[in-house]
Amino acid sequence: MSDTICAISTALGVGGIAIIRVSGVDAIDIVNSIFEGKDLKKVKSHTINYGHIKFNNEIIDEVLVSVMRAPKTYTTEDIVEINIHGSIATTNKVLEILLNSGCRLAEPGEFTKRAFLNGRIDLVEAEAVGDLISAETDNARNLSMNHLSGKLSEIIRTIKKMILEIEANIEVNIDYPEYEDIETVDHSKMTEALQKIKELVDKMLSESNTGRIIKNGINVVLIGLPNVGKSSILNALLEEEKAIVTDIAGTTRDTVEGHMQLNGVLINFIDTAGIRDTEDKVEKIGVEKSMIAIDNSDLIIFIHPINEPIRDEEKKILDSIKKKKHIIMVNKDDLKSECNYDFGEEVIYGNTISKNGLDALKNKIIELFSLSDITKKDFTYISNARQLALMEQVKDSINRAIVATQKKLPVDIIEIDLTSARNCLGDILGENYKDDLLDELFSNFCIGK
Amino acid sequence: MKYEVIVVGGGHAGIEAAHATAKIGHKTLLITGNISNIGDMPCNPSIGGTSKGIIVREIDALGGLMGKVADETQIQMKMLNGSKGPAVRCLRAQADKETYPKRMQEILLNLPNLTVMERMVEDLIVVDGKIKGIILENNEHIESNIVILTTGTYLKSQILRGFNKKDEGPHGEKRSNHLSDNLKKYGFKLLRLKTGTPPRIDATTIDYSKMKKEPGDNHVWSFSFDEKRIYDPEKQECCYLIYTNDKTHKIIRDNLKLSSMYGGIVEGVGPRYCPSIEDKIVRFSDKEKHILFLEPQSVVPTSKYYNSLYLQGFSTSMPENIQEEMVHSLEGFENAKILEYAYAIEYDAIDPLQIKPSLESKIIENLFTAGQINGTSGYEEAAGQGLIAGINASLKLKNKNPLILKRSDAYIGVLIDDLVTKGTIEPYRMLTSRAEYRLILRHDNADLRLRNYGYEVGLISEFQKERLDDKIERINKLKESLKNIKLKKEDIDDILDITSTISFYDLIKRSDVSMEIIDSLKKYIPEKDEDIIYEAIIDIKYSGYIDKTIKDVERMVKLEEKKIPSDIDYSKIKNLASEARQKLENIRPETIAQASRISGVNPSDISILAIYLKKEYSKNE
Repeated sequence: MSDTICAISTALGVGGIAIIRVSGVDAIDIVNSIFEGKDLKKVKSHTINYGHIKFNNEIIDEVLVSVMRAPKTYTTEDIVEINIHGSIATTNKVLEILLNSGCRLAEPGEFTKRAFLNGRIDLVEAEAVGDLISAETDNARNLSMNHLSGKLSEIIRTIKKMILEIEANIEVNIDYPEYEDIETVDHSKMTEALQKIKELVDKMLSESNTGRIIKNGINVVLIGLPNVGKSSILNALLEEEKAIVTDIAGTTRDTVEGHMQLNGVLINFIDTAGIRDTEDKVEKIGVEKSMIAIDNSDLIIFIHPINEPIRDEEKKILDSIKKKKHIIMVNKDDLKSECNYDFGEEVIYGNTISKNGLDALKNKIIELFSLSDITKKDFTYISNARQLALMEQVKDSINRAIVATQKKLPVDIIEIDLTSARNCLGDILGENYKDDLLDELFSNFCIGK
Repeated sequence: MKYEVIVVGGGHAGIEAAHATAKIGHKTLLITGNISNIGDMPCNPSIGGTSKGIIVREIDALGGLMGKVADETQIQMKMLNGSKGPAVRCLRAQADKETYPKRMQEILLNLPNLTVMERMVEDLIVVDGKIKGIILENNEHIESNIVILTTGTYLKSQILRGFNKKDEGPHGEKRSNHLSDNLKKYGFKLLRLKTGTPPRIDATTIDYSKMKKEPGDNHVWSFSFDEKRIYDPEKQECCYLIYTNDKTHKIIRDNLKLSSMYGGIVEGVGPRYCPSIEDKIVRFSDKEKHILFLEPQSVVPTSKYYNSLYLQGFSTSMPENIQEEMVHSLEGFENAKILEYAYAIEYDAIDPLQIKPSLESKIIENLFTAGQINGTSGYEEAAGQGLIAGINASLKLKNKNPLILKRSDAYIGVLIDDLVTKGTIEPYRMLTSRAEYRLILRHDNADLRLRNYGYEVGLISEFQKERLDDKIERINKLKESLKNIKLKKEDIDDILDITSTISFYDLIKRSDVSMEIIDSLKKYIPEKDEDIIYEAIIDIKYSGYIDKTIKDVERMVKLEEKKIPSDIDYSKIKNLASEARQKLENIRPETIAQASRISGVNPSDISILAIYLKKEYSKNE
């Protein structure tokens, strides 16, 4: 970790300028050795300097170089950023020269990792920066920006403080049992406080689901028997929305067939290959295969052609999707109806020839996920798995404390779960300051002989 | 004349240290400024209390004196926090200020291997970084292998009342003028600390009629695991509860500038948990009244403490005339006579970051320190350290590894770990909230946790050890047999709603079954010893929470086992935050667990440190 790292920090091929960032003890020396212009070792910190990148007496590109000296930099190490005006090829060439001059290629997220390890940012911020880098849509970018400003940290700190206050009160009762002028935390006071904490935690968790949607998009599965028109509906949707985005590795475990944006939210269509490819083996169509796809999705669009009666396999699928978010679409409504099955709910009719029903389908998705006002919402949700898992632990601990309170267990026992909830919140923030309970105790209570 | 161990100071730390080394069999010298002051209680007349009561039982479990003497000389006993949970129950004795020290003196003066001497120590004999003995104020040298400093508040102490500063210790005792300067010369960093004590009031001059009585428990308690005391709970002394009022607050506010504290003559740092009454009124200005307790100091008619009351909560550094006004403003105190004025006291202590978890100093080999010199406050905290210092002095003489109690072993372990890991800027007092594993650090299981350590070092006898083993066996047996005892519906029908039968074990586990209910079914329990029954019930009733705590402990112990080599060069570890590097360099923690508890050392620093250790040291393994 003592070495100097570099990486192209702008998306390749997008825009006219690329930036290569170099961080580490030798950052200035290394860039200076390939830079023609002012002596970078002598320029002031946080200045931009005009010059050229030169290697083996050949001028590679005309550049602007920002020099930022430790510790007031992103990683708290010396950082040099090279603004390159040239093509992808030039950018790659400069990167190659840097690698040959003593830099190591940064691993994904390594700048942020250094910022965290050097104490520059807390864990929540570090994770938000990673999200920002991979933010694909504008909404996701907003979500990341809010994390950076510490909004999430602030809410978590509020919950932590609420727990701390009640713990401090319990501790004072324990350490100063005869101070009858200090309010005693009894079971009713405990219940009251725990309910408030629980509400905040629950709200955060339910909103975090929206946060996840903003960040990763909505995974949609189109299911139905072969030849019902899944592919044509998919293509129609994708074709109309010209904003097809490239695949994002890691957003889903399944193969993504395509994306579109709806109100700024990414819609990922998940491949259900098993159903699509077995046209001639109707009997073997695995309801099973569909089940797996169903499990991994946020939304299921079930498609049935109007010119066919409902089959038993289809009824099974319909049964299994009842409990999940789903839309039933009756396709090919330009043909004669052979289907008089009662779906028992609202159904969207349409076809891909006249594109009838596609807007209704999109509106239904917007309605189901409340996407219409999603851009106006204040994004302060938990959006990654680590934070979410810890937040779930907080929820469990609070729930256990509530049960223990109902059972009238002694307060000291109830406090065990409160303490673990507080520690989890500290873990989310990446901090665990052991003496905060004592500080709280002494600043809020008048005690002592 | 050469000794194996010299203990400097006869307070609560010095007593336990000298008693331990002498009892184990080391030729020991205890030097004090005043023999009749050995075991004195210069502040409150009580032993134990919240968290401290557990320390007293730990001392007893390890073979120390405090619990037994408190049992012998108590005038009131109370179990605090009865309803708040099994882990936080703590015993407190109002101890007689006359008989407690007298009994201690009697024990020490009759202890084989122990010599007690009345002198002032002003310097140490140090050769090549190793202690060789002490130097008295008349320049006389006394040699020894080990020196334990338990100097209390006597290092350059000053008594403060208003603008009046006196160079003396408590009760006008002689102070040590040069020892702390000499410690500084050897490389110790000194702290200047402050504490205080309230006025003592003539019990015959106050009107009790409007005060709330605080009697002892109607139950017989003892600290000691060896000998159950027998006394009549009806005949215990009473404490009283009163409040300050507007008048008191106005007098204090009007004269604030006259107090040593607000007049600006105090240099030392006082404890947050023990603020003076003027501090309370300034910091909590919206509080209309503050609680005060009256505690009797002695029931011995010939004692200077007879009919003298300790006014807990009213410690102050106001001048004497203002103290008169303050006291007289209290309800029932209109004609009260002050027997001893309150004062603040400042004294030197050493930075506890300069001592090892064994309580041996990092600067001078074979020099140990315990009690207030290490920055703590409180009789129990002092005694606990004194005992550990004595035990480790003995182990050092025998070339054995020191006894280091973990945070999961004892409050004493928490106390010492906090001191040597976090240091302190104010006098350190034990609090229940400092012990993260307190569910297993209960007063009732102190013997189960610690007696074997006491046995190994030679402070617990064969007989005591056999009794312990028998107790453990009986607890386990009882837990098993409770599983097989089936209670029928009719046995417990009027108490509980059950369908047919339930095992006693499952009954205990039920959250709607209180201790009182269990108590009413006692006739079905095949064991008569109350302590054993209690232990088994707690184990069963809270087993879920106890198991959770034990899991946490196991995680910590794993980190505790990751030793940091003593020759580690922190400047070689790249990417450590500079604050962390400085702290680690300064404190030189012995394990990764200890390092992780240092404030300012973040989890990221710990991972960097752990990675470095793995990289640098694993190749040698």
